[in-house]
Amino acid sequence: MRHGIKNTPGKGSCAARQRHGAGFPSIGVRSILLRLVVVAFVVCLAPGCLADRIGDLTETSVIDQAARFFSFRDESLRYALLGTILLGVNCGLLGGFIVVRKLSLMGDALSHAVLPGVAIGFLWNMTKDPLAIFIGATIAGLLGALTVSAITHTTKIKEDAALGMVLSGYFAAGYCLTSMIGRLETGNKAGIDHFLFGQAAALNRDDILLMSVVTALTVLCVSLFYKEFLVTSFDAAFARAVGFPATLFHNGLMLLLAFSVVIALQAVGVVLVSAMLITPAASAYLLTDRMHRLLTLSALFGVATGAIGAFLSFLESGLPTGPLMVLAATLVFGMAFLFGPRHGVLIRWWRQRSRGHRVRRENTLKAVYQALERREFKGESVTLLELAQRRRETEEEARQQASALIRNGLATRHGTGEQIVLTPEGWLRACEIVRNHRLWELYLTNAAHIAADHVHEDAEKIEHVLGEDVVRQIERRLDFAKTDPHGRPIPSIDDMRRGAGGLFGRDELVGYGKTT
Amino acid sequence: MSELVPPFDWHYVVVSTWTESGGYYGWMALMGFLVAATCGLVGNYLILRRMALVGDAISHSVLPGLAVAFILANLAGGGGVGHGVRSPMVMFAGALGAAVVTTIMIEEIHKKTRVKQDAAIGITFSSLFALGVVIISLFAGKAHIDTDCVLHGEITFVPDDLFVMIGGREIAPGPIVRMAGVAGVTVLLIALFYKELLVSSFDSGLAASLGVNATVVHYGLMSWLSVVVVSSFEAVGAILVIAMLIIPGATASLLTRRLPWMMALTVVHAALSSVLGLHLAIWLECSVSAAMCVAAAGVFGAVWIFSPSEGLIRRWAARRADPPLEEPAA
Repeated sequence: MRHGIKNTPGKGSCAARQRHGAGFPSIGVRSILLRLVVVAFVVCLAPGCLADRIGDLTETSVIDQAARFFSFRDESLRYALLGTILLGVNCGLLGGFIVVRKLSLMGDALSHAVLPGVAIGFLWNMTKDPLAIFIGATIAGLLGALTVSAITHTTKIKEDAALGMVLSGYFAAGYCLTSMIGRLETGNKAGIDHFLFGQAAALNRDDILLMSVVTALTVLCVSLFYKEFLVTSFDAAFARAVGFPATLFHNGLMLLLAFSVVIALQAVGVVLVSAMLITPAASAYLLTDRMHRLLTLSALFGVATGAIGAFLSFLESGLPTGPLMVLAATLVFGMAFLFGPRHGVLIRWWRQRSRGHRVRRENTLKAVYQALERREFKGESVTLLELAQRRRETEEEARQQASALIRNGLATRHGTGEQIVLTPEGWLRACEIVRNHRLWELYLTNAAHIAADHVHEDAEKIEHVLGEDVVRQIERRLDFAKTDPHGRPIPSIDDMRRGAGGLFGRDELVGYGKTT
Repeated sequence: MSELVPPFDWHYVVVSTWTESGGYYGWMALMGFLVAATCGLVGNYLILRRMALVGDAISHSVLPGLAVAFILANLAGGGGVGHGVRSPMVMFAGALGAAVVTTIMIEEIHKKTRVKQDAAIGITFSSLFALGVVIISLFAGKAHIDTDCVLHGEITFVPDDLFVMIGGREIAPGPIVRMAGVAGVTVLLIALFYKELLVSSFDSGLAASLGVNATVVHYGLMSWLSVVVVSSFEAVGAILVIAMLIIPGATASLLTRRLPWMMALTVVHAALSSVLGLHLAIWLECSVSAAMCVAAAGVFGAVWIFSPSEGLIRRWAARRADPPLEEPAA
């Protein structure tokens, strides 16, 4: 009972020892390793704490099953859980590199290409010997990867078609072999079918041992050669230029990938291996821009989805673990897709929306300025009718925009409410936009030699995004010109201050008008 | 090993196949040819549009579509879940739904985030496939999933199927008639929309200026792909259908650069691989559909080596005659 869970403390401390032995390139990697070790210890210690506290239960309800899950009494459950967690770490780490290198479907191709190797490994001595199958499968997987690169390098066939051909061609060969083995009716061939869909519950001690070794190897390689993998992933040409053997690292990555595909087959099966490689890493990719954080997150997501998959499939007998792991991973991806703080769909939609609102407010401010300019700045208030005419809109739309300005503190109502007056802040912002617009028009005609009647559209867009520094630079470049190509005055910073002061009887204004 | 690979007996493997049980094996070869030719014709466009792996994705994600369609059909029919209503209409409806969902999912993930298209394909098909497996195992009782119905159909059972009767005479086994129908419609659709498919595959700008709606063509192609994939399931199953989709077109693309010729060669490749595969299966006593895919890959390998325009031998000879000035970086 205890043998299975002893593997991981061994592995964890082994990894920890290596951590001290080798010089690590960055803090990020060290923290990945630390977190992995912590996770491994939690998993191993948990059964010890809880094993005997819950007595015999009759497993009738979902809650009882859940309680039994957390008691970690069943040996097969412990193996399954440990297996899926190791797998999560392994695939998560490699997946990070695979996803950023746009090699995502290489994992899929490899997982199908190993089938003939599995069959040959089985034929070696007609039993489901993990080591023979592991070796056969790895060789077949590497051959598959080599075939893909041979096809893409020597023909005009594109990589996607090459991947598809290798995937299906090797799988067909493997399937032929499997059906021939099925005819023999000798030896124990029951295990072969499990490679198609995987059976986490059928994992035994030897499988877990193999998984631990491969996972330890992956963690070790990634942490020792983090910098090398990073450079060859993002800029292979630079890597070659500074003398990194990029091809060697690519092939090393393929070798690790082949190893992990082979160990993953047992747990999740041929078809779903690619999900364990791609989905956690893609979720992490949506959440962070730093590679070491991506790897950490992706390994954590891998572990979480593995554990959730094992838990859910334990609740109801007959539910397969692999597909549930994949669905859990997809759920994580869906959350990152929707709610990611930087690249999530919701936040993007919100950002786009608020940007749209801001642009509309700024256009209204500009219209108010132009309305005032038409009257040569006599009087402060602008009627909604004037506003509507300037914007070529209905009065109702003008009213809505006016209330948007008021809500944002850029204007106040005046008189009966049919007129608005800009606040100092609103006045400054309005000047700023008009100034951006007219300076840009002048810049385009003077510096880029674009006809004066072609510059308005461009300025209409850029006025909302120009920063203060750029505007001042343009102003200097244009020798503090006073009028735009259409002969209208460009508000200068002094004008803005004086204007605001004149309008509202103030001498000093904070914000834009402040001289540097 | 000797019991694994039976001795090659020319008379048994090649001659008697056609002289003694020609009808039986003839139907198998015909079915293999129809599947490979239909898939290959559609697959040509997948290869041209660099969407070979979208084909892979759709062939996997059809599974939940089929599962949901069967369950709905059973509920609508009043019977409990589990009585297989294998009517083609239900299957096609499920497949079309799955294809549309797959295509939308890939596009959404790919366009709305910075995840690249290959990862989007991987996420989409694996999650939909997993969903299908879970639905099947939830509704089909507690038994182990019937992998055979999903991953591999078997061509061997085709000649045993009920024959279709027309005018009181037996014409052909049911699956072959259905597949021939799909093949006929495929050829018809390609003939009708040849220009639209061609233009939108090669030059999206020109397509837009000619008034061809690339999105409609894309979704149309994906939908028809799903119909072809589902009708091929009976013969080859989810994974091997990818071989039939991609290998014929890829082989043809090594021999010619003209699309009409590519299509013709695709059909030739389909015929070759189904007949060779049949003999391979009879010799090795293995799965016929898998052997046909192996034969298809074998023909590709031969063309890859011997192709007069860009075969390996030709490349090697060209290199020897005119060596490049410097080794390109690996």
